[in-house]
Amino acid sequence: MHMSESVSHQVAAMPVTGGGDWNPDMIRHEVSALKHKPGALLPILHAIQDRIGYIPEGAVPIIAQEMQQTRADVHGVISFYHHFRTRPAGSHVLQVCRAEACQARGGRALESHIREKLGVDYHNTTADYEFTLEPVYCLGNCACGPSISVDNTVYGRMSPQKFDQLADRLTTTVIELK
Amino acid sequence: MTITIYVPCDTTALSLGADQVAQQIRDHASKQGTDINIIRNGSRGLFWLEPLVEVMTAEGRVAYGPVEPEQITELIAAGMLEGKSGHPLYLGVIEDHPYLKRQQRLTFSRIGITDPVSLEDYLAHDGFSGLKNAATLTPQGIVDEVKTSGLRGRGGAAFPAGIKWQTVLNEPHNQQKYIVCNADEGDSGTFADRLVMECDPYMLIEGMAIAGLAVGATQGYIYVRSEYLLSQQMLNEAIRRAEAAGYLGDNICGNGRAFHLEVRLGAGAYICGEETSLLESLEGKRGLVRSKPPLPAIKGLFGQPTVVNNVLSLAAVPFIMANGGKAYADYGMGRSLGTLAIQLAGNIKQGGLIELAFGVTLQEVLQDFGQGTFTERPMRAVQVGGPLMAYMPEEQWDTPMDYEAFAKLGAGIGHGGVVVFDDTVDMGEQARFAMEFCSVESCGKCTPCRIGSVRGVEVIDRIRAGENRDDNLELLAELCETMVDGSLCAMGGMTPFPVQSVMKYFPEDLMASPRPVEA
Repeated sequence: MHMSESVSHQVAAMPVTGGGDWNPDMIRHEVSALKHKPGALLPILHAIQDRIGYIPEGAVPIIAQEMQQTRADVHGVISFYHHFRTRPAGSHVLQVCRAEACQARGGRALESHIREKLGVDYHNTTADYEFTLEPVYCLGNCACGPSISVDNTVYGRMSPQKFDQLADRLTTTVIELK
Repeated sequence: MTITIYVPCDTTALSLGADQVAQQIRDHASKQGTDINIIRNGSRGLFWLEPLVEVMTAEGRVAYGPVEPEQITELIAAGMLEGKSGHPLYLGVIEDHPYLKRQQRLTFSRIGITDPVSLEDYLAHDGFSGLKNAATLTPQGIVDEVKTSGLRGRGGAAFPAGIKWQTVLNEPHNQQKYIVCNADEGDSGTFADRLVMECDPYMLIEGMAIAGLAVGATQGYIYVRSEYLLSQQMLNEAIRRAEAAGYLGDNICGNGRAFHLEVRLGAGAYICGEETSLLESLEGKRGLVRSKPPLPAIKGLFGQPTVVNNVLSLAAVPFIMANGGKAYADYGMGRSLGTLAIQLAGNIKQGGLIELAFGVTLQEVLQDFGQGTFTERPMRAVQVGGPLMAYMPEEQWDTPMDYEAFAKLGAGIGHGGVVVFDDTVDMGEQARFAMEFCSVESCGKCTPCRIGSVRGVEVIDRIRAGENRDDNLELLAELCETMVDGSLCAMGGMTPFPVQSVMKYFPEDLMASPRPVEA
């Protein structure tokens, strides 16, 4: 017989996921799986970030060596693209659309509500490591804005109230007691 | 008897709870022992009605929308599974809906009707007939057909597609050539590329395979923005199935020619929608814009002749090859031939995809289709063509949607996005955002764009704060001119357009202090 009970993460703080959880062999494995492709660097960086959650600084020399490029080249590519991150993210990556179609539907007010509610600005992670907040310029959901995305799931017609409910749902875990 | 029910699976429907709606229907049907088959179709693009549930009946597909998961119990009680009309969400036979009936869907003829990854569905709706025709023609024959159609690049630049293809075809044959699809749909207010990829991916595959046969390219890449993961998944699945069925691979439609296709993911850089920046990115580099010439058609991906076309340009090709270029050119006006995928967005009551022949006025789109603003307040400004285009005041809304007519006003159609703002908009803030966006997304290669956009934000802030207003307005005007004339690509070169339109048509907002944002 199962019993369920809800426990908020704020009460039972969880350790950071993905932090430092990698080794050089992982990087070499991802590079060698893709390096035969023409223009392989972006696919490689995606593969590493998908696996580890971010692209560790220590991965740069390994990628550079395997790809016969300079570390500066690799670093330059990572830093050019907004999608790649070099530090672990929180449990949820929250993207808020800042673009015009969402602005026309109250996007600015939603943005400021979310920043206030989470207590962080863009490109930062909340103190409890629940949310990493990122700006995004269009999620392609422009007839039903304002839109946000949480861990790649898009939510349309978002409002401050709906966001609060969603955030509560996301930070609440069901623990099964046997 | 099994009842067939359709619940869309595109991003917009999903963002409004379509998965939960499908699950609720499944649960209720199984509880009452009704035998149902739920098909996850694409969206028809009537976004204010999503999630739009359809039930197959003797009269046709009867629709209900917008359906929230919590409403399934009452909908089923009101006879939804039998297609009954009692409930307020009942819309009747969806094909008769005026929003759809008034459209001319040549490219988007299948979206919302079919299961996006079902090859059988695609074939049953004229799929791959364009490619089959193309496979019987010479490369020049295919290019000629595209020239006849008058198709111009739908990404925004409106360059004639047939001429681009001819340039690549004319390059010597004994070398690698590429077809690159620009699916980096970053303009706010646009979602037509996404709809193609999520709701009818085979159409894009077919268009690219035809392009490959036309110019002698054996490899194609679809560069999809990283925000569009569902598009990537749909395309990958469709490519896998198309390969297995011989529509891609070493022997296209049995004519002995090869075409391979791969999806590549961008990484959140708006500038990579610029074609040369996109090519750099595909090569695994920073997305720095290249100087032109050489044109990508001559030296493109990895220095080889490359066709770079937008999703919508390539998606128009299967119709052209199936029905002839003339059939496509019969639509439209002047030098804008065929149909335009208008994407109605922002503060609008009935937002969605509207495919129409060029020539419809903006006002008809806003009123007849859009039915006014979502907030039911007066409309004040409309931005057509993405974040690099002008804000249009009401006196310009009677303009027909035609490349040349819009250009005459200093505006543009771009990729066909239409973003509506009501009278609460602070146009000074919109001008500032144009500069801010450029400062975030500039590739940094040229100074007018990289530095100009930062200075633009500062000058606008000073104007709005009332600091030396006249001098700063003059400075802003000069800065805009410098960016327009001195930037390497459209990013810096067009960022001033929305700013200049605010200076010209909405100066009162620019002079006023910023309005507080109300939560």
